[in-house]
Amino acid sequence: MSDVGLLLTLIAAGVLTFLIRFSFIGAGRYLPRSQGLQTVLRYVPAAVLAALVAPELLVRDGSLTLDAGNLRLWAGLCAIVIALWSRSVIATIAGGMGVLWGLQWLLG
Amino acid sequence: MRVVEPAVVMPGPGAEFFGGVRAELPLLLGVVPFGLMYGVLGLTAGLPAWAVISMSFIVFGGASQVVFAQLHGALVPPAVVCTTVGVVNLRHVLYSASVAGWLSHLPLRWKCLLAYLLTDEAYAAALRRFRDGPPTASRHWFLFGTGITLWLGWQLATVAGVLIGAWIPAQWSLDFSIALTFIALLVLAIHSRSEVLAAVVAGIVAVIAQPLPHKLWILLAAAVGIAAGVAASRLGAGSGRE
Repeated sequence: MSDVGLLLTLIAAGVLTFLIRFSFIGAGRYLPRSQGLQTVLRYVPAAVLAALVAPELLVRDGSLTLDAGNLRLWAGLCAIVIALWSRSVIATIAGGMGVLWGLQWLLG
Repeated sequence: MRVVEPAVVMPGPGAEFFGGVRAELPLLLGVVPFGLMYGVLGLTAGLPAWAVISMSFIVFGGASQVVFAQLHGALVPPAVVCTTVGVVNLRHVLYSASVAGWLSHLPLRWKCLLAYLLTDEAYAAALRRFRDGPPTASRHWFLFGTGITLWLGWQLATVAGVLIGAWIPAQWSLDFSIALTFIALLVLAIHSRSEVLAAVVAGIVAVIAQPLPHKLWILLAAAVGIAAGVAASRLGAGSGRE
């Protein structure tokens, strides 16, 4: 992509993000506050984040990898447990990286 | 119960602003490493330094910026990049609806500024102030304080990430910290069984749909996951909430 194309893509993504945040703050009286919309929005964070996370743990070189040598899967599962227990972003990142490094060191 | 008399001095803009700054500072502990990693990963994905740095103030949304960099690296068409960024940031509609009532009296320039600064962390830090604090005329300064603190931290972390990015060896696997950040946010975002279902379904679809071109599996998995969550809540399976 050219520099101009990239800049235009950045600006479009920025404007779209701003409009999402501006939606109810700026134009609340023109937007529907329906129960249905609220229900749909409620599932956005869980679905989007899971869609981003799952392939990072389960897919290597484009295909499903469930064998024991998939260290990111083990580290990711540990991170899920740490997150459930600590409710802390920092602890999850530190713990997950620690597990990954430990496994790489043990097996490398 | 304490009786608040009209003569009580309400906190002015300055006090509200610094209250917001103080409420936001602990959250920078998580945001600064994320910003560093975004800076590093942006370069690794093939973005030029000017794009990595300017994205932080043009888009200003951590997870969506990482996704933008990954999609750019995979040569995905701009329309798909923007749509995916929009879906990743769609949760901010919830925050916008949540704070709208407290900001409705403000002039448009304030609404634009606070909307631009409205992120997960700024919202989280300001919510308690709005919900439980006194309804003063200058309380929007609190949200401005949380938002601008996060904004500054994010810009500085991005620049630092771009500067040190070239020095970090690939065998450190630091890119994994992005997935770990998403894992933490995911776990914190789940409060009910129907949300667990939405996440599991989205994860399965994301893995199965990998062969789709242009990383369209992100959009497909999000849509199917949301549909599964909505269907579960309609069937009453969402009763696990709180």
